[in-house]
Amino acid sequence: MERSEAELIAAVLAGDAASFEPLVQKYSPRVFATARRYARRDSEVEDIAQEVWLKAFDKLKSFRGEAPFEHWLMRMTVRTCYDFLRAHQRNRESAFSEISDAEDDWLERFVAAPEGGGDHAEAAKLLVEKVLEKLSPEARMVITLLEIEDHTVKEIAELTGWSAPLVKVRAFRARSEMRKILGRMTKEKYL
Amino acid sequence: MNLPELHHKLIRTARLRPPDDRVPYAFEKRITALIRDRVAERNRHSWVQGLWRAAISCVAIAFMCGVWMFFAADRPGSNSDDFSQNFENTLLASVDQSDTTP
Repeated sequence: MERSEAELIAAVLAGDAASFEPLVQKYSPRVFATARRYARRDSEVEDIAQEVWLKAFDKLKSFRGEAPFEHWLMRMTVRTCYDFLRAHQRNRESAFSEISDAEDDWLERFVAAPEGGGDHAEAAKLLVEKVLEKLSPEARMVITLLEIEDHTVKEIAELTGWSAPLVKVRAFRARSEMRKILGRMTKEKYL
Repeated sequence: MNLPELHHKLIRTARLRPPDDRVPYAFEKRITALIRDRVAERNRHSWVQGLWRAAISCVAIAFMCGVWMFFAADRPGSNSDDFSQNFENTLLASVDQSDTTP
């Protein structure tokens, strides 16, 4: 018979480490999807996921069961991703010379027809990733959660541990930082 | 260049393509193995810590006994030979008893 989440957690807390495995199996896809928003290399994504699960095991005593386990785990995942971004702030000031031909084409099409259809979505996706990589960790986190994942300010405050006014301030700064980066990118290409 | 439009278009593209949620093969087994290692390590650590505490307590008790014996021997009117003999007799009482028993 399949055991409930609460039973599994109680068993882990009682010392049965094997009961943690079904939880890892069930929620790893969400952890990996979130980690892939912030890290590109597979090894980095795996490191983040591994750290999330080890932290979850170590801090399981602090899970009081008031909110679903998934919410508690996602908070831990987002915070681990934020720590990862802060620890890997590299190449943010580099030029956009590494933009591929496909991404360059997409930009040219956009310049020619800004309202045009979403052709070459893969190129646009890679371009977004490159732009996001240039953002500060706070800006990247807030743009991803607010604009890409469509969370509310309150949800972001809960996920990140920041206050709601701080999320709003960071969202405002993040948008202007992103526009600056886009401006620099297009200047480098077209001036 | 219409930057706000470019911003919206890029964000729209990112929204349309959610990241892959693929999990590497046997990832949960790897995590469980790591957790088992951690638990074993933690148990080992708590044993080592306990033994160290016990060792420190033993050293402290031995030191206090030494100090006590030293000052007891210096006290006027005390008989250090008697004291040490009594101490030894007390400690080895069970051994002495077993030696004398046929």
